[in-house]
Amino acid sequence: MSIVEAKTTMASESLSLSNRRLRISWRRHAFRLLGGLFVTACFFIVAFAFLSIIGDVLVRALPALRWKLFTEVSTGMGGGLKNAIEGTIVLSLGALLISAPIGIAAGIYLNEYGDNLGGRSLRFLSDVLVGVPSIVLGYVGYITMVVYLGWQFSVAAGMLTLSIMLLPYIARTTELALSAIPSAVREAGFALGAGDGRVAFKILLPGAAPAIMTGLFYATALSMGETAPLIYTAGWSNYMWDGKFTNEPIGYLTYVIWTFINEPFAESHQLAFAAAFMITSGVLLLILTGRWLMIRRLRRMGSYAG
Amino acid sequence: MKIPVFRTSLVATASFLPLSLIALIVFLVIYSWPAIQFNGVHFLWTNNWNLGNLYGNPVDRHGQQIMPGAAYGVWFLVVGTFLSSLLALIIALPLAVGAAYFLAESLPKWLAGPLTLLVDLLAAVPSVVFGLWGYSLLIPIMGQKVYPWLADTLHGVPFLGGSPGSGYGLLTVAIVLTFMVVPLISATMRDAIASVDAPLKEAGLSLGLSRLEVFWHVILPKLRKVLIGVSILALGRAIGETMAVAMVSGNALNYLPNNIYTPISTMAAFILTQLESALQDPTNMAVEALSEIALVLLAISVLVNSAARLILWMSKVR
Repeated sequence: MSIVEAKTTMASESLSLSNRRLRISWRRHAFRLLGGLFVTACFFIVAFAFLSIIGDVLVRALPALRWKLFTEVSTGMGGGLKNAIEGTIVLSLGALLISAPIGIAAGIYLNEYGDNLGGRSLRFLSDVLVGVPSIVLGYVGYITMVVYLGWQFSVAAGMLTLSIMLLPYIARTTELALSAIPSAVREAGFALGAGDGRVAFKILLPGAAPAIMTGLFYATALSMGETAPLIYTAGWSNYMWDGKFTNEPIGYLTYVIWTFINEPFAESHQLAFAAAFMITSGVLLLILTGRWLMIRRLRRMGSYAG
Repeated sequence: MKIPVFRTSLVATASFLPLSLIALIVFLVIYSWPAIQFNGVHFLWTNNWNLGNLYGNPVDRHGQQIMPGAAYGVWFLVVGTFLSSLLALIIALPLAVGAAYFLAESLPKWLAGPLTLLVDLLAAVPSVVFGLWGYSLLIPIMGQKVYPWLADTLHGVPFLGGSPGSGYGLLTVAIVLTFMVVPLISATMRDAIASVDAPLKEAGLSLGLSRLEVFWHVILPKLRKVLIGVSILALGRAIGETMAVAMVSGNALNYLPNNIYTPISTMAAFILTQLESALQDPTNMAVEALSEIALVLLAISVLVNSAARLILWMSKVR
C-alpha cells in the first residue's frame, strides 16, 4: 500500500467518523438532555425533602428551646422534657446493653463458623427479622410482657422489645465488620496456639472494634428514633424514672412528638417540635459519629479513596 | 472428647435470633386464636370493622363471646396498605434510581461524598419526625394549594380527579413513604452500580454512548434483579411503616378510597391507633382481632422480605 493510498483511506475514515458523530439522532439528543435533567431533578427533590424536614423541625423548635426543657418535667400539655430525655437515654442504652453482647456473639458465629446450612439459615432469618414491622414487635411485647407477665407498662418491657429489634441489626453489622479481617490474621493466632475463644476476643474483636462501634452507634440511633414498639410497652409517665424495671411506665421523646402535636395548645406543639429537634439532632449526631469512626479507620488502613 | 465450649455458647447465643422470630409468630397465633376461629380468613375481604354495642351483654356467636353487633372485617385496611405502598413505590423507584445515578456516575468524587450524605441521612430521620413533617408542612401545602389545583386540572380523570379532600389521605401517605424508602433503594442501587464491571462501562463509552446512555442501555438491564429485589424490600418497609402513616393518613374507618386524595388507614397504623378503643371490649375479642391483623402483617412482611432477600442473594448483593 502506498503512502498516498493510506492517507486517502485515513482521510475517508476520519470523514466517515465525523459524519457518524454528526448523525446522532434527535432522539438521542433528547434522551441525553431530558435524562440529564431528570436525574439532576431526582437528586434535588430528595435533597430538598431532607433539608425541608430538618429546616421545618429546626425553625419551629427554636422558640421552644430554653433551659426549662432540661430542668422541668412535662405536665399534661406543657412543662419541660427532662423526664422524656432521661427515658429515651435509659431505654436506648438499656436496649443496647441487652442486644449488643448477644448480637455481637451471633455476628461472630455467622462470620467465623456460619458457612454451613445453620449459618445460612440464621443469616436469612435475621434479615427477615430486620424487616418485621416495629408495631408488630410492640404488639407482641404488649401481649406477652405487659399483659401476660403482668409487668404492665414498664421500662423492662420497652427495653426488651427494642433489643429484639436491634438484635439482627447488630449481628449483621458485626458479621460485616469481621469479614473485613483477612483470614491470615486468624491463622497466625491459631498457629501460636490460641483457641477459638482467644482468637475471637484478643484478635478479631479488637481488630474489628471501630466497625462494630459504628454498627452500635447506628443501632442506638435506630432505637432512639423508634416510637411504635414503645407506645404499648413503655407507656408514658410525666415523672422521672424511679429505678424500677417493672410496673412503672417511663416517658420518652418520640412519644411527646406523637401525642403533644394533637393537643390544642401552642405550648404543646412547641414541645413536640423541641422533642423532634432533640431526637433528630441526636440521631444524626450518632450516625455522623459512626461514619466518622468508619472513615477514620479506613483512612488508617489506607483503603479509603473518597 | 473436649467439648468446644466457646463454639457451643456462640451457637446458643446466636439462636436467640431465630428463636425470637419463632416466638413472635407463636405468641401472636396463640393470642389471636379465638379471633382466628371467629373471623377465619375472610375477614380480610369483608369491609366492616365494628366493635358492636360495648354497653350490651356479650352474645355467643360461633362458640365465641363477642359484643352484640360486633364484626371485624378489614378490607379497607388491606386496600389502604397496598395502595399506599404501591403508590409510594411507583414514585420512589424512578426518583431513587435517578438520584443513585446522579450520585454514583455524574459527579466528581469530592462532591459526591457530601451530597450522598444528604440522601443517606434521610434514612436516619425517625419515622415519627417524618410524620411530624407531613403533618405540619406537607398537609397544609398539599391540602390547601396542590391537591385542589391537581384535582381541578385532572378533572374527570378516574382516581386523580374528584374531591381534593383535606390533605390527609392516600397521596400524602404515599409521598411521605416515598421519602422513607428512597434512601434504601438509592443506597443499594449505588452499591450495585459501583459493582458493575468497569470494562462493561468502558466498552459502552468507547462506542460513543454518553454515560447516561451507558447507564440506561448497559448497567440498568444488568441490575434488573437487584432493582426487583430492592423494590420488594422497599415495599415491605412501606407496608410496615406505622407512625408516619398514622399521622398523615386521616385514619379512615371502613372507608374505601375513591380517588388518591381520600383518607385511608393501613394495618400497621390501625393497630397503633385502635388498641386503646379495642381495650374497651370486655370480651377481649377486639384486641384479639387486632392481634390477628398483626399476625397477617407479620406474615406479609416475612413473605415479602424472604422473597426480596432471595432475589438479592441470587444477584450477590447484600
